[in-house]
Amino acid sequence: MMQMTGAELIVRLLERQGIRTVAGIPGGAILPLYDALSGSDVIRHVLARHEQGAGFIAQGMARVSGHPEVCFASSGPGATNLVTAIADARLDSIPMVAITGQVPLSMIGTDAFQEVDIYGMTVPITKHNFLVRSAAELLEVVPQAFRIAMSGRPGPVLVDVPKDVQNQLVSFEAYPEPAVPDPAPGLDMAAIESAAKMIDAAERPVLYLGGGVVHSGASRLAVTLAEQAGLPTTMTLMALGTMPVDHPLSIGMLGMHAARYTNFILEESDLLICVGARFDDRAIGKAAQFCPNARIIHIDIDPAELHKIKTAHVAINGDVSAVLEALLPRVKQSLRKRWLAHVDSLKSRFPMTMPGCDDPRTHYGLVHAVAAALDDEAVIATDVGQHQMWVAQAYPFRRPRQWLTSGGLGTMGFGVPAAIGAALAEPDRTVVCFTGDGSFKMNIQELATLAEEGLNVKIVLMNNNSLGLVYQQQSLFYGKRVFASKYRGEPDFLKIAEGFGIAAVDLDSSPNPRAALAQALQSRGPCLIHASISREEFVYPMVPPGAANTEMIGG
Amino acid sequence: MIEQVAEPLQQQGFAKVVLELEVNNHPGVMSHICNLFARRAFNVEGILCMPMSDTSRSRIWLLVFEDQRLEQMVLQLEKLVDVRSVRRHGAEHEVFERLEKFFH
Repeated sequence: MMQMTGAELIVRLLERQGIRTVAGIPGGAILPLYDALSGSDVIRHVLARHEQGAGFIAQGMARVSGHPEVCFASSGPGATNLVTAIADARLDSIPMVAITGQVPLSMIGTDAFQEVDIYGMTVPITKHNFLVRSAAELLEVVPQAFRIAMSGRPGPVLVDVPKDVQNQLVSFEAYPEPAVPDPAPGLDMAAIESAAKMIDAAERPVLYLGGGVVHSGASRLAVTLAEQAGLPTTMTLMALGTMPVDHPLSIGMLGMHAARYTNFILEESDLLICVGARFDDRAIGKAAQFCPNARIIHIDIDPAELHKIKTAHVAINGDVSAVLEALLPRVKQSLRKRWLAHVDSLKSRFPMTMPGCDDPRTHYGLVHAVAAALDDEAVIATDVGQHQMWVAQAYPFRRPRQWLTSGGLGTMGFGVPAAIGAALAEPDRTVVCFTGDGSFKMNIQELATLAEEGLNVKIVLMNNNSLGLVYQQQSLFYGKRVFASKYRGEPDFLKIAEGFGIAAVDLDSSPNPRAALAQALQSRGPCLIHASISREEFVYPMVPPGAANTEMIGG
Repeated sequence: MIEQVAEPLQQQGFAKVVLELEVNNHPGVMSHICNLFARRAFNVEGILCMPMSDTSRSRIWLLVFEDQRLEQMVLQLEKLVDVRSVRRHGAEHEVFERLEKFFH
C-alpha cells in the first residue's frame, strides 16, 4: 500500500510516463505540485517567463519528439495565459498535457482570488479536459490525459487540479500502467483496393501530403508511394520536409503562397491522393474551385475530416502509416512519363522565382545563406508572418520534424519559445528560429529563459519594423490605405538581446554578412542575428483571401 | 476588398431528427456537447438528459434539424471522449412529443 499526496502522485505518474522536462511558472494554486516536483530526481523544470512561453516550449519539445510533453501553470491568469498555446496545439494536432492549479474545491464558483473556469474555457480548444475532484481520480485521469493526447489524431489535453486535491492524501495498491496510444482503427481493405485501382487508372494524379504524415511517421512510406506510382507530390505548410524539397517528384508547397506551377499542376490533376491533410483554406483556396477535375482519395485518422470540406470518392479512415503500408503492394509501378513531362514543363514555364537569393541581405538570400551554413540535422522554427512564408518557400527541408511552425492558428510569438522547446528536446541540434520584428516582440521575454538555459538557439530576426503581412494586404487589397501596420518607434534589438545576456550579430553593419552569419550559426549557444528587410518586399505569389488558387498575383 | 459573406443557414425548412447519446455521467459533459453545437452555429431545438439505471452513464436526447451539416455534427459528437455512442432516430421518435404537454 502506498500513500502520498495528490501532488506527489502527479509527479510520479509524469516520471513513469517518461516526462523528463516540464516548462511552467509557479503560483499560489499550483505550489503543492511545484513542491512535489522539487523532490523529483528525474524531471527537470524550465522556468518560462510567461505561461504562453511555457505552453510553446512544451509544444516545441512535442513537435520534434512526437511524444506528448507537459506544461504547468497556476490558476486564474496563469491558466488563461496558456490558452493561446493550447489552441495552437489543437489546430496543429500537437500532443500536449497542460496541468493547471485551481483554487480549492470548496472555493470553486465563489469568484475566489485567481479563480477562473479554465475547464469551461478550454472545452472548445482541447481534445479533452478534466477537472480533478479527488486525489484518487488522478490515478485514472493522468494516464487518460496522455492516452487521449497521443491517440489517433494527437492534440492537447488540460488537467485542472484544485489546490486541496494536490494536498489530499491518497492510498493505493499499485501505480497505473503508463498510457500507450489506442490501437489504430482497422483497415478498410475494400477501400484500399479501390484506391489502388484509382491510382493505377489515373492519368494526372497528384499526391497531397499533410501534417498527419509527420504525426504518423509515414514520410518514408509516402515517398515510396510517390516513387512507385510516379506521383508528383505537393505538401501543405505542416508537411514540409516529409518529401525532400529537391526530390525530383516534389512540386513543393501548395496554396496561398505556393509557386505558380504547383497550383497549376493541381488544377490539371485528375486524381488527388490526400494523405493526412484536411483541406485547409490557406492550402486549397476557394474549395469549390480546387482541383475541379480531380477525383479524391482521402486518407485520415480522424473520421470527421473525411468529406468535411471536399467530398472524397474513396475515403479511408486509418493511421496513414498503416494505410500506406497496405496500399503500397497494391499499386502498380508506373513511370508516368507523359504526366511528369507535362509537370516539368509547367515547372519551367511558371517557376518559383526568388529574386536576390544570392544576396544574404535580402529575405530569400538570408534564408538561403542560413541553409547553406547548416546541414539537415538543424531544426528550423519560425514565427508567423512574411518571414514564415519566405522560409516555407525557400528553405530546403529534407526531413520530417525539421520544421516547426504555427500553421493552423498562425500564432505570432510562437517561434522563440518553440525553438527553446526544440533545443531542450534535442540539445545536440542547432535550432534556428526565423522571426519578424512583430512576432518577436510577442514573446521576447523568453530570451531570459533562453539565456538561462544556454541553449543552442539562433534567432534570425528579419526586421522591417512593421506588421509585414498586414502591410502587404493593405497595400494589395485595401487601396494602399496603410493603417496601424507600421511601427513609429523602433527598438534596438541588439541592445535588447545583450540586455538579456544573449550575443547579437548585426548583418546590416557587417562587411561580410555571409561570413558573419555562418560564424554565428556555427558557434555554440544562443545568438540573435539581426537583418533589416525592406518593407516593400512582399510574399509572392499570393492567392487573395477567398480566391481560387489559380488566381495568384505576383511571383 | 469585399468578401462574400455566407448566408446564415435557414434550418427551419429542414426535417427534425432525434439524436440519442449515451454519455459518461459527470459534471461538464453537457457543456462539452452544448458547446460543440453552439460554436458551429447549429441550433439545438430540444435537450433532455437523465442518468441511466447504471448511474455512471446518462442518456441525452437532442432534437435537431437535419440540415447538410448534421453528418459532420454527428462525427464531431462521436469524437468527444465522454460520448459513448450516438444513435440517430427520425422525427417519428416520440420522446419529445410526449414531453410537449409540459411546455404548451
